[in-house]
Amino acid sequence: MKAFILERLRRSGPLLGLIVLSVALALTTPHFLTVNNILNVLRQVSINALIALGMTFVILTGGIDLSVGSMLALSGALAAGMIHGGVPAALAVALALFAGAAMGAANGVLVARGRLAPFIVTLATMTVYRGLTLVYTDGRPITGLGDAFGVIGRGYLFDLPLPVLWLGLGFAGSYLLLNSTVFGRHVYAVGGNEEAALHSGVATDRIKIWVYTISGLTAAAGGIILTSRLNSAQPTAGMGYELDAIAAVVLGGTSLSGGRGTLGGTLVGALIIGVLNNGLNLLNVSSFYQQVVKGAVILLAVLLDRSKAGR
Amino acid sequence: MRTQRRIGVLLVVSLMFLAVLSACGSPAKEAPPSGDAGPSSAAGGSAPAAEAKAKIGFSISTLNNPFFVSLKEGAEKAAQAAGVELVVVDAKDDPAKQVSDLEDLIQQKVDLIILNPTDGDAVVTAVQSANAAGIPVITVDRRANGGDVVAHVASDNFKGGALAAEFIKQALNGQGKVVELQGIPGTSAARDRGEGFHDALAAAPGIEIVASQPADFDRAKGLQVMENILQSHPNIDAVFAHNDEMALGALEALEAAGKKVIVVGFDATEDARKAVEAGRLAATIAQRPEEMGKIAVETAVKVLHGETVDKNIPVPLDLVTKS
Repeated sequence: MKAFILERLRRSGPLLGLIVLSVALALTTPHFLTVNNILNVLRQVSINALIALGMTFVILTGGIDLSVGSMLALSGALAAGMIHGGVPAALAVALALFAGAAMGAANGVLVARGRLAPFIVTLATMTVYRGLTLVYTDGRPITGLGDAFGVIGRGYLFDLPLPVLWLGLGFAGSYLLLNSTVFGRHVYAVGGNEEAALHSGVATDRIKIWVYTISGLTAAAGGIILTSRLNSAQPTAGMGYELDAIAAVVLGGTSLSGGRGTLGGTLVGALIIGVLNNGLNLLNVSSFYQQVVKGAVILLAVLLDRSKAGR
Repeated sequence: MRTQRRIGVLLVVSLMFLAVLSACGSPAKEAPPSGDAGPSSAAGGSAPAAEAKAKIGFSISTLNNPFFVSLKEGAEKAAQAAGVELVVVDAKDDPAKQVSDLEDLIQQKVDLIILNPTDGDAVVTAVQSANAAGIPVITVDRRANGGDVVAHVASDNFKGGALAAEFIKQALNGQGKVVELQGIPGTSAARDRGEGFHDALAAAPGIEIVASQPADFDRAKGLQVMENILQSHPNIDAVFAHNDEMALGALEALEAAGKKVIVVGFDATEDARKAVEAGRLAATIAQRPEEMGKIAVETAVKVLHGETVDKNIPVPLDLVTKS
């Protein structure tokens, strides 16, 4: 019975953290708990949350993807470049998503077939993809992308900002993929015990290639939304985003060694980071203290999760 | 299987090699101001020959960038006016080439070296060689992180912040709510631009800085932080961002919220100048590279004449508004 309660607590730990943080902010500033601000936070969270969804797949297999920020930048730049070159927005978006998936697949092939540590592979490709972005953009932002493309990041469906809708669709899709398919079960199997998974007939290499491909795809989606919101593709876009995405996944209770974790947790983790950023701005906290607070909240959340997990 | 693995390794090694190369290539833009040791006006041992034309070496980081071309032109004009010979060498953004450039200048026995470092750390040994040869060194724009440097000539970020404050004060008739978007906390640019801005507004009681928040010199963060600030301060009159990237991000947030607010950036990048011309951005602050080159040479001439010069020599900035 006690074990059952502990398990429930562990599962709801991240959510509890989010609620505590939100209540604290609602009590300290009247601007936090308004419909406008909640939609604002959701819109801001959408990019990191999308990347973190892809990252969850990778981390569930025991891997890591440090190249997401660079894939985001290169996909966004490719989309912007194509639109500048006269390609219709819808086609440019589709091709940019494909490019992101291809970059992710390259990571996956290097990890799976090259038998290399994911940390090293994606550290290297992080730099390669960033370099390619600089080459492609000549180090300058690509601006003036037109209204059709602008809708993706700045449009609304009734009162709902479109980036939130994209996040919802991305979450629904990845949730089904992870929880209702053979592929999803195999993702957990690879992360739980790769040797055992291999012996029971799981094509572990193929699973690994796919999870990195998914990560590339979600990073590209984030890149397109960001480019649209800024109406500009920045050569330096997405720097440091890998850390925010990893933080969201870990805050959401997913184990960095793989095999354990949920997408719902990741979404909550991303929301904790977003709410924290929003709250610090609303409270006008001094820039030096902001970094201390952010780090401390992450540590606290992970410590709570660890103690509840009892390992 | 084995060859497959070998090919994989080869691929990754070449990738990592590329990674290392590109990591080395990125110059440290924000060279931290190192504790400049040493006497401030020790003009070395070599007093210039009174009659012979003085020879100044100018090692410039690159001429493949309009900013540095203007810097060189300003220096050349000032050298002509002062009647000194100026030898310009172009490091083509390569720290190794710059070090050998400097060694060449030392061999030529120039009377003084004006140095625009490609990399604050890589040039230190070359500065020390010049020190050993008794040749005084003046740095321009970027600092050298070691060695004895007589003077450092660079844009006055403090005055730039004040310039932005003055502009906003006038545009608002001394009355209104202002937001400040700060650069990466702890960098000298963020510190100086912010202090200049705050100091200048201290004398304007009608203007209230309702929020000062960091957006790390980044456009996406500028957008996001501005959106958040608008939640708690929907009615603001002006925004000062420590660089144009944040200003342009904030502009997207403000336009999306349907607000017409005076936004002032810093650096006068190409994007920002376009936004100023389009009437979206109210103003941006521009560096004056030509003036920087001129002041560097004038300072060099003073040093050669044995005059004492300040260790830090600020170069004024320009306010860019719609023409």
